[in-house]
Amino acid sequence: MEHEHIVSSFDEDLGRLDSIIAEMGGLAERQLADAVDALSRRDVALAKKVIESDKQIDLLEEEIDNFTIRVLALRQPMAEDLRAVVVALKMASNLERIGDYAKNVAKRTLTLSAMEPVGNATQTIQRMARQVQSMIKNVLDAYGAHDLAKADDVRMRDEEVDLMHTSLFRELLTYMLEDPRNITACTHLLFVAKNVERIGDHVTSIAENVHFLVSGDKPADERPKNDLSSQTIVE
Amino acid sequence: MELAIHTDVSANARVNAQGLNSKPHKVTAEGVNVFYGNKQALNQVNLDIPSNMVTALIGPSGCGKSTFLRCLNRMNDVVDGCRVEGEICLDGENIYARGVDVVHLRARVGMVFQKPNPFPKSIYDNVAYGPRIHGLAKSRTDMDEIVMTSLEKAGLLDEVRDRLDAPGTGLSGGQQQRLCIARAIAVEPEVILMDEPCSALDPIATAKIEELIDELKENYTIIMVTHSMQQAARVSQKTAFFHLGELVEQGDTTDIFTKPVDERTKAYVTGRIG
Amino acid sequence: MSDTLTHSERIEAGLTKRYRAEKRFRLYGIAAIAVAMAFLVIMLAAIGIRGIGAFQQTEVALTVVFDETHIKDNNWQAIVKESMRKKFPEVTSRSDKRLLTQLMSSGAGFNLQNMYRADPSLVGETRTVWLTASDDVDMLMKGAIDRASPQSERRVSDKEIVWIDSLIADGALELKFNTHFFTGGDSREPELAGIFGAFMGSIFSLAVCFLLSFPLGVMTAIYLEEFAPKNRWTDVIEVNINNLAAVPSIVFGLLGLAVFLNFFMLPRSAPLVGGMVLALMTLPTIIIASRAALRAVPPSIREAAWGMGASSVQTVLHHVLPLAMPGMLTGTIIGMAQALGESAPLLMIGMVAFIVDIPGSFTDPATALPVQIFLWADSPERAFTERTAAAIIVLLVFLVTMNLIAVVLRKKFERRW
Repeated sequence: MEHEHIVSSFDEDLGRLDSIIAEMGGLAERQLADAVDALSRRDVALAKKVIESDKQIDLLEEEIDNFTIRVLALRQPMAEDLRAVVVALKMASNLERIGDYAKNVAKRTLTLSAMEPVGNATQTIQRMARQVQSMIKNVLDAYGAHDLAKADDVRMRDEEVDLMHTSLFRELLTYMLEDPRNITACTHLLFVAKNVERIGDHVTSIAENVHFLVSGDKPADERPKNDLSSQTIVE
Repeated sequence: MELAIHTDVSANARVNAQGLNSKPHKVTAEGVNVFYGNKQALNQVNLDIPSNMVTALIGPSGCGKSTFLRCLNRMNDVVDGCRVEGEICLDGENIYARGVDVVHLRARVGMVFQKPNPFPKSIYDNVAYGPRIHGLAKSRTDMDEIVMTSLEKAGLLDEVRDRLDAPGTGLSGGQQQRLCIARAIAVEPEVILMDEPCSALDPIATAKIEELIDELKENYTIIMVTHSMQQAARVSQKTAFFHLGELVEQGDTTDIFTKPVDERTKAYVTGRIG
Repeated sequence: MSDTLTHSERIEAGLTKRYRAEKRFRLYGIAAIAVAMAFLVIMLAAIGIRGIGAFQQTEVALTVVFDETHIKDNNWQAIVKESMRKKFPEVTSRSDKRLLTQLMSSGAGFNLQNMYRADPSLVGETRTVWLTASDDVDMLMKGAIDRASPQSERRVSDKEIVWIDSLIADGALELKFNTHFFTGGDSREPELAGIFGAFMGSIFSLAVCFLLSFPLGVMTAIYLEEFAPKNRWTDVIEVNINNLAAVPSIVFGLLGLAVFLNFFMLPRSAPLVGGMVLALMTLPTIIIASRAALRAVPPSIREAAWGMGASSVQTVLHHVLPLAMPGMLTGTIIGMAQALGESAPLLMIGMVAFIVDIPGSFTDPATALPVQIFLWADSPERAFTERTAAAIIVLLVFLVTMNLIAVVLRKKFERRW
């Protein structure tokens, strides 16, 4: 924001909001990376650490909650300030959900580590997660730089995640058909895949909020969606 | 969503905008320049004001919003050295045209001022003054009726019913301002101009006036100058932002306060150093 | 050590000094008021002590015969003379007889004449009446002539004192309330001089002055303040009005003499012309005060009226004028009070003439109270001194009454806004 507020403490408030969001974003990104890492390396200790760290994100979200309410009540922000505060509130909730999904992945990792590995499903999940991770990173950059193009780009990239999810769904179903002993592991993996896909959705939602923050409007066009897992049948 | 920066809006677009609002424009200003002596107070203002809505004029002090408001009932006529150029139309008729009677105009365009200014007369006489000088009441009972209805509409009747003969200046600030509103609507104007009507009032009195304004817009077109952006946001449907004698931006109040387009508007509504 | 003083200690050290200065300042104010009050009291007391005597008049009880021949000759003083001689039969010498007659005022005969006019059946009758004594007797009675001083140095001889004392012993010589002072016109004889003529002259003059200056002044003020465009012409007019207020009053008298008397041929010494001259003098005061009163009306009231669609005239008549009226009245009363006390311009238009008759209309010759005071103060007779003071008292009472009326009017018109 190029101009400073006449009341300088307002600037400080908004700056603080930004830094908490940045911290939360960084944390969520790390959680996802660690969770998927733990899954592929069957690293129980790392998975436990991820579960533990989620509390930190929850605390930050609470802080954002309280802080935004305070800013709304005391500063009565208008225009881009109003959007900044509202977007921060929504983003905090998105990021908190992302943290939850990461934790979920870690929990399932604990279970999966005790089982035989199934095919190369974890590699596909890792690819998906990397994609989502880069989306998180980009959307946080877009947020920090008020970069409309970058935010819109992130929004479009969720399509790839959906495609990967659909193919993974197919793959896991195939494994289960091949050998019923795989069912337990595959079901867990299905949930893991779903969690990562959901994280992608939340990132998309954040990207839409960043779009609103920068332009003042919701993105007008329909976002391409390619998650066909709900219609997938394996003969 | 419609972002109407009027200066950029062609005649065609304006018709569309009208269609969207589905209400005709009560007041239209076209290329209005105002000079006080050699000093130009307003520069090429184009502004359309829809009927039965509250239009808020906002902007920093000295931006010309009060000057513009006072052009609408030609209150500037009495200011020495004040010159108005351009066209301001009320229902399509130029109020600055030759032969327009100012007295008649002011009966159609009422005004409420910043400081409550009831006449030092009784409450009854305050409200009855307008109808009396314009000869609107045929009989004493007629007049009583007008006074009562006006006070009722201004939400003041219950508070003053048993002391209509008491001096209007003895009321509280908020009541005085509502008395002034009652006085203005007693002549059944079409447009009511309000020049910072709440700036001298406490928050509760302000809230009552705002509630009243909200009710009044059913029957009147209200144009209000205010320094409080929150107030503009609360009561108006349309907002116009003035800066250094220019109309910078106008549009739906929601848009002005959530996503202003012009940098100056942004800086003003967010409280930044512009 | 002073370097170690804290901020608040330094403020506290200064405080006592500040309060002392404040106290001193208040004392100066009180002292100024006290001095002013003292002067006022001294002035009032001096005038009061000197003037109070004029409200009493020595009168002598005489048994008079309304002799038909004297009445036919219209020689009323002869009746007085005869009854005096009857009272003091022992006085025989010619000069003594004249002295004896001089105890009575030359106006005593008028008293009898007035009695006869009121009741013509008095012819031939004998009555005991109280008649006015001469001013010398009056002065002796009031102690203004010292009995102890040598005879050559006083206006009352030893013989006269003997007669006076015998009259006092008889209860035939007394100080009575001087009604004539309030009802009579001017006279060369102090005991016969009254203030009423001058009083009426003042009333007529002021009436003319008010009727001319108030409407003119108020209309001028309203036009200049509410309607006139602000340009060079109105500036010139404004400067001139302010200058006129500072013009010495005698100049207005000269103007009156030149214009009203010599050019328009209006009657000399008339309250009509006096009032016109005073109006000229009062106008600037009223205009300036009225403009100030109009300016003091809050602009919000004008805006409210205009905003309601009232025309400019309606705005002024319905709202501005009622609010400005108290201020205008105050200004007017101040102007009128000035006019009441003004003598110089009246001198120029002949209102300084010796006029015995009470003026009955605006064109009758008249004087005014301050001119009368000036005339009496100039007279050599001892008795005129107290009359001068008494006239000043009357003038002051007139002024106070006017101011009271002003206060009452203002209270009546005053409204809050």
